Amino acid sequence: MGHTDRAPLLRKLFNFHGGVKPNANKQQSAAQPICTLPLSREYVVPLHQSIGGTPQPLVVAGDRVLRGQRIGAADGNVSSAVHAPTSGCVVAIEERLMPHASGLSAPCVVIEADGLDEAAPRENFDWRSASPDAVRDYLRDAGVVGLGGAVFPSHLKLKANNSIGLETLIINGAECEPFITCDDRLMQEKAREVIEGVALMAHLMQAKQTLIGIEDNKPDAIAAMQAAAQTAGQSNISVVAIPTRYPAGGAKQLIRVLTGIEVPHGKRSTDYGVQCFNVGTAFAIRDALENGLSLTTRVVTVTGNVERPGNYWVRIGTPMHELVEHAGIKPGTERWLMGGPMMGIPMPSLDVPVVKATNCILAGSAELFAAPEPEMPCIRCGECAQACPADLQPFEMYWHSRARNFGKAQEYHLFDCIECGCCSYVCPSHIPLVDYYRFAKSEIWAREKDKTAADQARDRYEFRNYRIEREKEEKAARLAAKTAAGRAAIQASQQTVTGDAAPSETADDPKKAMIAAAMQRAQAQKAAAQPQNTEHLTPAQQAEVNDAEARRARARELADQDAQSIGKTSPSADTPNKMAD
Amino acid sequence: MYNAPYLRQNNSVSRVMLKVMLALLPGLAAYVWQFGIGILIQLLIASVVALVCEAAMLRVRNKPISRYLLDGSALVTAWLIALSFPSIGPWWMVALGTAIAIIVAKHLYGGLGQNVFNPAMVAYAVMIVSFPALMSQWPAPHLSGAEQWQLILGNERVLDAISSATPLDALRTGLHSGHGTVSTVTHGHAAFGWLGGQGWEWIILGYAIGGLWLMQQRVITWHIPCALLAGAAAVAGLLWGIDSAHYAAPWFHLASGGIMLGAFFIATDPVSGATTPRGKLIFGAAIGALIVVIRTWGAYPDGVAFAVLLLNICVPLIDMYTQPPVFGHKKD
Repeated sequence: MGHTDRAPLLRKLFNFHGGVKPNANKQQSAAQPICTLPLSREYVVPLHQSIGGTPQPLVVAGDRVLRGQRIGAADGNVSSAVHAPTSGCVVAIEERLMPHASGLSAPCVVIEADGLDEAAPRENFDWRSASPDAVRDYLRDAGVVGLGGAVFPSHLKLKANNSIGLETLIINGAECEPFITCDDRLMQEKAREVIEGVALMAHLMQAKQTLIGIEDNKPDAIAAMQAAAQTAGQSNISVVAIPTRYPAGGAKQLIRVLTGIEVPHGKRSTDYGVQCFNVGTAFAIRDALENGLSLTTRVVTVTGNVERPGNYWVRIGTPMHELVEHAGIKPGTERWLMGGPMMGIPMPSLDVPVVKATNCILAGSAELFAAPEPEMPCIRCGECAQACPADLQPFEMYWHSRARNFGKAQEYHLFDCIECGCCSYVCPSHIPLVDYYRFAKSEIWAREKDKTAADQARDRYEFRNYRIEREKEEKAARLAAKTAAGRAAIQASQQTVTGDAAPSETADDPKKAMIAAAMQRAQAQKAAAQPQNTEHLTPAQQAEVNDAEARRARARELADQDAQSIGKTSPSADTPNKMAD
Repeated sequence: MYNAPYLRQNNSVSRVMLKVMLALLPGLAAYVWQFGIGILIQLLIASVVALVCEAAMLRVRNKPISRYLLDGSALVTAWLIALSFPSIGPWWMVALGTAIAIIVAKHLYGGLGQNVFNPAMVAYAVMIVSFPALMSQWPAPHLSGAEQWQLILGNERVLDAISSATPLDALRTGLHSGHGTVSTVTHGHAAFGWLGGQGWEWIILGYAIGGLWLMQQRVITWHIPCALLAGAAAVAGLLWGIDSAHYAAPWFHLASGGIMLGAFFIATDPVSGATTPRGKLIFGAAIGALIVVIRTWGAYPDGVAFAVLLLNICVPLIDMYTQPPVFGHKKD
């Protein structure tokens, strides 16, 4: 099997545009083997630790849990389960501060360890004979998510595009961020397990070839992985040394470097025949499928301004302060970052738990990270555009974001920005460019939310109008049906009286029919109403009326005679009325 | 509290401007060597006026004075003005030009980073339109320091004895008189040297060396200088190919006047120039072509300032139509 060790020399690599070369600062934490952190007294396990839905708690306060026991069930398929990191008692399910810059809280299962660290019975699962769907469900319930930092549920990614298959499975061991060495140490110490995990994934996805990309500043990890691949006899797994340049470990950049394929923003890489996983994820998948172990521990680098920088096996839910106290807090630490110096997020406090996304805890001091110099105006020098690995024009996005011209910022592909920080790193005017993009993105999301709300309100309003219209029509239809019946009756009665109605002309036109019916009703009412005034009269009144009628008749006769005699028309109709008034 | 990235490259606007000034030194040294100390006096006048105007405008605009004054951008403008103006012009000419550049072309447009036009070229254009005669009096080689001092700061100007036409001017006048050809005009004329103007060849070489160093330092990219020189050479070459008797050779154009200063130091001003790679090529090539067109048919002997200003106007359009494809959207 000379293939694996010669492949790095023969393989054609591709270049990605831009990128920067900050001082790697890896040696501080990379030299020592991974230590295991002693058991804590209390663990805080956030329920939401992956992209997607928040798992439902499966336990209540007072329950005893065992290590590896599922305590939160995946909420739908785009979600991932969470597990107890040790045996103990659930003391609360409550909101706790999250390792997030916002300082927000989220529901957590708080477990008081009993010190026994008793494991839950392992489920017998033979992944080799199980269907692919069953394997994916198993991994979802084992809580396996991407350990590179994005915590995307792994089971969702373990599926090739059916029509084109998977040409290349890419395993990301680049670890391009300065200071972080957890993948480096894992590959050195657990190369065999990682390679087994990779082989397992390649098998599950039916990958034609598998490439493990490692930056060439990690020669020990490259050697260990090459040896392990050779020992395992995996001839279609190649360990490839790639040039050290941040952000070569970005999934899209690594895919580009190894295959030349550029996966556009918003597209699935499997549609291009590639898929990318972190080496830590490969290890976790093997642990889940071969050992029945759900994801309850991970390697975390603790480095920067600490007494003993190094890597630790840390149980998920360990309070961060315990981990950093173990590494030794040094005076002068101004901030604690989760992640590296390029993309890391500042922790609101050390009372937050270590989560599946925690690859590194970096203690920042004024010596390590100088305070930013005052921001100067952009001089359009274009350094940012030369450094951008997404081929964007960062200064244009900056101008438009700053002017709150967000539509224009989007035209310059704001959402293709991966926030790697290269532009801010090189900017001679010390403009915090990425902050402007984060601001613009959040504003656009807020506006979209508002727009959605407005759309919903408009939809409701339009539906209300439609409903009113519909009710009107229904009412009209009911009325038409009623009047049709009424008209038939009236027709029947009228035909007996006059016999000159023409119902056949109007029958097919409901409006005309209604008008006709209404007129008929009015006539009928009029006819019925006319005598009403003189009904129920007393005999004296009746006599008066009769008198008046007689006078009228006489007057009419006289008028007719006048009219005839003088040859002009007389307002004969008025006269009696006036007289009657 | 500030956010990631927490690492910053050791770079600043002042550093960029300082590098530009360092890159001007070889050309400046050659200038002094060939034409004496006049240019140093002009440089000093321009620098003082630029700093005073910059400070005054920053004060009026309520900006932090020391931070912006130290960014070096005003000094770069001043140096470029001094180097593009005749070095024996009266002191007030370079002073007035610098004041116009800093006050009008820079700060009235919004200060650093906001100016649409190259400030130094605005100054040049305003002055050559206003004082065409004074702006055309260039020093004859080996003029003594005392004479230059007298010319710049004195009240009387005794010109004919000491000033000389530039090669571009001489050629232009010679050809426009009707019966000269390039060879009859240049032959035996003191202003002409081996390739371009006598003495100017060294200065132009100095600018080119400084410009290449700026490229190596990644302060500028190759696009604009190369496109500009290629654009000028192409148009000049075409004309020369058609009629070499009446049009100067392309190497004469490249070795004369302000073209090398323009290619490496003026057209590469990032604020007023194109920013995309393809845009920079178009921007540079168009300036180069226009320089030769203005030199050949225009009313002024050199055309760098007008060519740059004309293309400054086109920058938003050029940038808009030359946006490079982003990651994942390239057509291979």
